[in-house]
Amino acid sequence: MLRETILLAFREIRRNLMRSSLTILGIVIGVAAVITMVTLGRGATAQVTSDITKLGTNLLQIRPGQHRHGPGGTQSTGAMFKVDDADAIAREISGLVAVAPMASQSTQAIYGNENWATSVIGSTPAYLVVRNWQLESGRQFTDSELRGGKGVCILGATVRKELFGGQNPLGNTIRLEKLSCQVIGVLESKGQSSFGTDQDDFVLIPLRTLQRRMAGNIDVSRIYVSAEDGVSTSKVEEDIQRLMRERRRITMNEEDDFHVRDMQELVSTMTGTTRVLTGLLGAVAAVSLLVGGIGIMNIMLVSVTERTREIGIRLAIGALERDVLMQFLVEAVVLSSFGGLIGIILGVVAAAIGARVLAVPFVFDPGIVAIAFLFSAAVGVIFGYFPARQAGQLDPIEALRHE
Amino acid sequence: MKTTFSTQISEHSLIELQGVTKVYGTGSAAMKALRGIDLHISQGEFVAVMGPSGSGKSTCMNILGCLDTPSNGAYLFEGVDVGKLSRDQRALLRRHYLGFVFQGFNLLNRTSAIENVELPLVYRGVPAHERRESALRALEAVGLKGWETHTPGELSGGQQQRVAIARAIVTDPKVLLADEPTGNLDSARSREVMEMLDAFNHEYGITIVLVTHDADMAAYAKRIIRFLDGIIDTDEENGKML
Repeated sequence: MLRETILLAFREIRRNLMRSSLTILGIVIGVAAVITMVTLGRGATAQVTSDITKLGTNLLQIRPGQHRHGPGGTQSTGAMFKVDDADAIAREISGLVAVAPMASQSTQAIYGNENWATSVIGSTPAYLVVRNWQLESGRQFTDSELRGGKGVCILGATVRKELFGGQNPLGNTIRLEKLSCQVIGVLESKGQSSFGTDQDDFVLIPLRTLQRRMAGNIDVSRIYVSAEDGVSTSKVEEDIQRLMRERRRITMNEEDDFHVRDMQELVSTMTGTTRVLTGLLGAVAAVSLLVGGIGIMNIMLVSVTERTREIGIRLAIGALERDVLMQFLVEAVVLSSFGGLIGIILGVVAAAIGARVLAVPFVFDPGIVAIAFLFSAAVGVIFGYFPARQAGQLDPIEALRHE
Repeated sequence: MKTTFSTQISEHSLIELQGVTKVYGTGSAAMKALRGIDLHISQGEFVAVMGPSGSGKSTCMNILGCLDTPSNGAYLFEGVDVGKLSRDQRALLRRHYLGFVFQGFNLLNRTSAIENVELPLVYRGVPAHERRESALRALEAVGLKGWETHTPGELSGGQQQRVAIARAIVTDPKVLLADEPTGNLDSARSREVMEMLDAFNHEYGITIVLVTHDADMAAYAKRIIRFLDGIIDTDEENGKML
C-alpha cells in the first residue's frame, strides 16, 4: 500500500512537472544555502586553526603597550623593548625553545627595474623557529652577520616572485631604500592568512642591520617566545610578566605597560568567532528552508482544492481518511525530499566553488548533508500535514459534487 | 393498483430503513429532506427509485450508500446500524459491500481505464497481479476488452460509464448503487448500460438500487419506489414484470 502511495505521488508530481519544480524551489534554495554556509564556515574555521597553528604552536607574543583592545588594536604607549629584554627572557625563563626579538617597518624593495612595496623585519634566526618558517633554499644568517649588522636578507615568497619572477635570487643584491643587501635565502610560501593578509610579503634581515642602518635606533617592537611542548603557556606567560615588570620597574599598584599574548587564546577566539558566524549564517539559511516549507503547504492546499472530486471518488469507493491523508502527505514529503536532494547537490557544488574563490579548504561533512536531507523531509511532513488532513476530512458527498 | 411491498419483512432483508428522517440546517432554516422513510430491500432485488427533484431520493441514496447518516431513525445494513458507525467504519462498509455508479461517471482523469477499475482493489489491499486480473475480467464483462489503457478523455460517454460499472462490480459488491447512470447518455447507450446492470443482477445476484428520472430505464427494475416531498409515495412491483 505504501509503495502504491509513493508511486502515485511520483505520478502526480510528474503530471504537474512545472508546478512541482517551482514548489520545491524554496526547499532547493534553503537546503543549498544551509549546506553552502555550513561547509564554507567549517572550511573557514579549519583555515583559521591551521593558520594560527602555522604561526607557531605554543607561541607567545610580547608587545609594549598599556591595554588590550582586541586583535591589533593596541596602544603602544609603553616604552619599546631592547635586545637585552629578549636575552633576559631566554636566560631566566625555563621551558623555552626559542626567543626572537624583532622590529619592523614598511619599505620599498628594489631589484633592477622591479620595485615592490613590502615590509622589512629585523630579527634573528630564532624568528624562523618561532614563526614556523622553512627555508625553501639558501641559508640562515650567521652569527657574524647578526653581530655585524651585515647587508644580507632572506626573502618571503611574494617578494621573491615580484622582484625576481622565475629567476634564482640567491646571491643577487637588492635594495631596501638606501640599504643594499645580498639575498642569502628564500622562504617557503605560507599563502594568505585567514585575516586576508599575504603572509609571504616581507623581507627578513638581521635585527641589528635594521636598527642601525634603517631605523636608526635600538628598539625591539616585539618579542616572540616559543615554549617547549608540554610546557604550560600560561605558566610561561606569568613568568614573563613577572620578569618584565621587574625589568621595567613597574610597582605593585601600577598596570603593565606591555602585554603578553598567548596564541592559544587567539586560536580559540578566532575559531569561536567563525563558529558563531557559521551558526548565524546557517540559521538564516534555515529560515529560507522554513519559507520553502510554507511554499509547499500553499501548493498542496491548491492541489487539494483542485483534486476535490478525485478525493470524493476515492472516499466514496472506500478510502479511509488516513488513506487520503497519507496520499497527500507522501506527496508533500516526496516533493520536499526531492527538493532537498537537489539542494544538497547544488549546495555542495556551490560550497566547492566558494571554497576555491575564498581560498578556504573544502570541508565535506556527510553529517550536515544527512541533517539537511532529514530536515527537508521533515519540512514536507510538517507543512504537508495540514493540507493532507484537509483532504482526508472532506465530505465525500460535497467533494463529489465539486466541479 | 398499488400494492405495498415495504411492509413485508423478509428474513433476507439486506437493507432496512426504519423511520429515517434527514434534516439539513437548524431552527427556522431547517430543511426536512426526508420525513420518515420505512424501506426494506432484500438480497438480489433490482429497485428503481423515482421522483421529482427535491423529493428526497438523492438524500436517501446518500444514506443507503453510507455517505451520509440519518438525522433520526435507523439504517440497518445486514442488521448493522450504520448510524452508529464511525466515518472510517462506514468507509470500510463501502469498501467491502457497496459499488457506486454516478451520473457524471466520476472516473479519475488522466488515469487509464484499468487503473480506474483497480482503484477499489488498491484500497482493499489486493496484490498487484490479482488486481490486474480482476480488473481485466471486469472490463471484459462490460465489453471493453482492448480499451484498458485508454484514459477517460479518450473514451465516449457510454464507454466511460461502462468503466465506472466495471469499477463498481470488480469488488463483487452486495449492493450496487446507481445514481442516474444514464442521465448523460443517449437512449442507445442508456439501454446498453441498463442491460448490463440487468445482467449483473440476474447472473451474479447483485442487489441494484437505481435512481432515475426516465420511466424507460426504471422499466428494467423489478420494483419501483416513487418519492414525493420526503416520503415514499408509492412502492410497487414493476407491472411489466408481472
